[in-house]
Amino acid sequence: MTGKLDLDPAVVAQARELARLAGQPVTDLARTHTTVSVERAVLRLAGLDGADDGMPWVNRLTDAVRESTGLEHGVALPVWDAMLTGGYPDLRTLAVDATAGLVKFRLPAGHEAEAARDAAARSVHKGISLIDDRRAERDRMIAATSDPPMPWIYLIVATGDIYEDIPQAQAAAREGADVIAVIRSTGQSLLDYVPEGATREGYAGTYATRENFRLMRAALDDVSRELGRYVRLTNYASGLCMPEIAALAGLQRLDMMLNDCMYGIIFRDINPVRTFIDQRFSRQVHARAGIVINTGEDNYLTTADAVDAAHTVVVSQLLNEYFGREAGLADAQLGLGHAFEINPEVPDSFLLELAHAQLVRELFPDAPLKYMPPTKHMTGNVFAGYLLDAFFNLAGVMTDQSILLIGMMTEGIHTPFLSDRDLALENVRYVRHAAGRLGASFRPEPDGFVAQRARQVLAEAIDLLRKIGSQGLLNAIAEGTFGVTKRPADGGRGLDGVVEHADGYYNPAVSILEGAEVTS
Amino acid sequence: MSPAGKIGIVRPYGDTTGDGRVQLSFTLPVPFGDESERARAEGAALQLAAKMGMDPAMVVHAKGMGPDFTFFIVYGRVSHVVDLSAVTIAEREFPVLPAAEVNLRIRSALGRKLVVVGACIGTDAHTVGIDAILNVKGHAGEKGLEYYREIRVVNMGSQVAVADLVARAAAERADAVLVSQVVTQRDAHLTNTREMAAAFRAAFVPETPERLKQPLLVVGGPRFDPSAAHDLGIDKIFGRGTTPSEVASYLVHALASPGGSGGMESPREGEGAA
Repeated sequence: MTGKLDLDPAVVAQARELARLAGQPVTDLARTHTTVSVERAVLRLAGLDGADDGMPWVNRLTDAVRESTGLEHGVALPVWDAMLTGGYPDLRTLAVDATAGLVKFRLPAGHEAEAARDAAARSVHKGISLIDDRRAERDRMIAATSDPPMPWIYLIVATGDIYEDIPQAQAAAREGADVIAVIRSTGQSLLDYVPEGATREGYAGTYATRENFRLMRAALDDVSRELGRYVRLTNYASGLCMPEIAALAGLQRLDMMLNDCMYGIIFRDINPVRTFIDQRFSRQVHARAGIVINTGEDNYLTTADAVDAAHTVVVSQLLNEYFGREAGLADAQLGLGHAFEINPEVPDSFLLELAHAQLVRELFPDAPLKYMPPTKHMTGNVFAGYLLDAFFNLAGVMTDQSILLIGMMTEGIHTPFLSDRDLALENVRYVRHAAGRLGASFRPEPDGFVAQRARQVLAEAIDLLRKIGSQGLLNAIAEGTFGVTKRPADGGRGLDGVVEHADGYYNPAVSILEGAEVTS
Repeated sequence: MSPAGKIGIVRPYGDTTGDGRVQLSFTLPVPFGDESERARAEGAALQLAAKMGMDPAMVVHAKGMGPDFTFFIVYGRVSHVVDLSAVTIAEREFPVLPAAEVNLRIRSALGRKLVVVGACIGTDAHTVGIDAILNVKGHAGEKGLEYYREIRVVNMGSQVAVADLVARAAAERADAVLVSQVVTQRDAHLTNTREMAAAFRAAFVPETPERLKQPLLVVGGPRFDPSAAHDLGIDKIFGRGTTPSEVASYLVHALASPGGSGGMESPREGEGAA
């Protein structure tokens, strides 16, 4: 399906190399720092669950360690040293005593350090083995049902109540959804802890919790068996607890996770350094769990102009690809995002959309691209919106996109009615039925408008990557390069949770994940 | 003006004056399976249409959605009429000014920059609205308030606690506070706005020795009733589709009108928009 735009392979290779050069310093930063959430994720992988009066035990224990020994060496050595010397039966008991101030943590040395290290590695290995089991379980489920053909139809549920979400998600699957995303409560990205248990209240979405993950995955397993088609589940590994959510997603067999390298920085004002460190760890976990990440480039086009800023989408995709591969993700796990957001008043707007979508398809031939529907130019005229969504669906099938988030004609008016969702599915079914094979016959004229526009966007992306490389990615973000929002490296939330490694820093999860063979 | 307009009474227009024809779509939690279920569903839809004043009504489309629901599209004639003389409208009380004029008026009326502090409060993390108004990039082809030379913008971003907003507004000696509220679940936008208004009232006592005046409180979001500002304890509400120049023009109107009462020393009661 590639090669319709006659892109110069040398130019494409140059773009990738520039992305690597721009991203490398940030990767070095992520390799030499940790965060409170990375450390809490280690404890979660080691099996520490539950909460104390709403605050998770992983937070209590990490805070206690940070107060006495700091986190420069990681939580693992002080925690498992205390486990061994105190004769604790499990992490929960230790966490209870540590919260009560009854544990004196220390940094063990010599053979005591060896012992703590071994014990930590054994505990964390159990969690990672469970993630491996979940991955095998997914493969078995797909074999027992079936893997739907692409493009996968991606639908959102968001009631705030997991027990209300479940029947809605099952209904959506029966109506044709291949992927269900449970939108997260809007406050959650800025919480520095993961809520616990099944939740029934949330603002504009449902809290991401381990129990909510389990309940929804089980419900979708039921409907997958009923339909003979594996229905995937998506949530959000973003915000201040990105590493922990990634771990919980792996432990509960989520299938895709929203996980962008810059989204939290730009749109949620989370500190850039915190984000890049958390992101690397979360992607290492996703790689191991066989989870497809979804990146958030579509969001840039909701604040910036979709024509002027088209190249910033490509730049961000190349950076997401670099960071993703560096963390061990296979190309088939890179659900790079983009969107159909050009103002319909612009002449040839559909041709421009085709050029952008085809460019992304050809730059990332093996990535399961996620294509997002119009939101910015949905005006409240639901009839015009329905037409625009049909053109979006058409662009999606013509350019062989992999995951189509289904547009709602009532976008921006209210959370979709049952009928809005039904009409949206009718729209995409019609387009797929009528024009599903149009992609194979779609040949943009060589050096015509579409091909030239695609090459122009790529050239602009290369210019911008060169500029980012010379000024530094963190400075580029500070100057408002993405999403027209300025985010300085020392601003935003969560910087106080960033700690530079000391000599002898030990993280058993990273050791296992980096030592493991990467499988796709 | 149409003949109907002259007498102040109009009906919906389908294809003939006075035909009263409208369209309506809705879902009922009724099954649409076998023939008797279908007949019952259509009857149910017609009953609703009749109660809404549509007579005669015709179900032109009915479709089952899953086992328990049916979607309907109905056309019909409404018996209601519209009395144009009884329509009330809120006219904009200020002119929209070009950026140069906004800058000029601030300079001449205040003799300093006008200070705006913006934030999304409560759990709301949707900064798109406030950013569209404040960022240089702006919205709908207009530059945001950062672009105005005589406006100093402090954008606190998302999920700002009300107490932090009050403290920052005082520290910056803000002339106006702009708050964006997108999330409306359980009326969070109304609850948050009232809470903010109360906090500002409590913090800015008019008789404080330093005479620090309460900033103008402006809230924006797609689901507010623009006429509810007084009830919510704030000065102004902006709805869907508001552009930066409208906000800038309002700020000038309220705070820096020529010969008006702008400036730190005047009591807020003297302001046109209060």
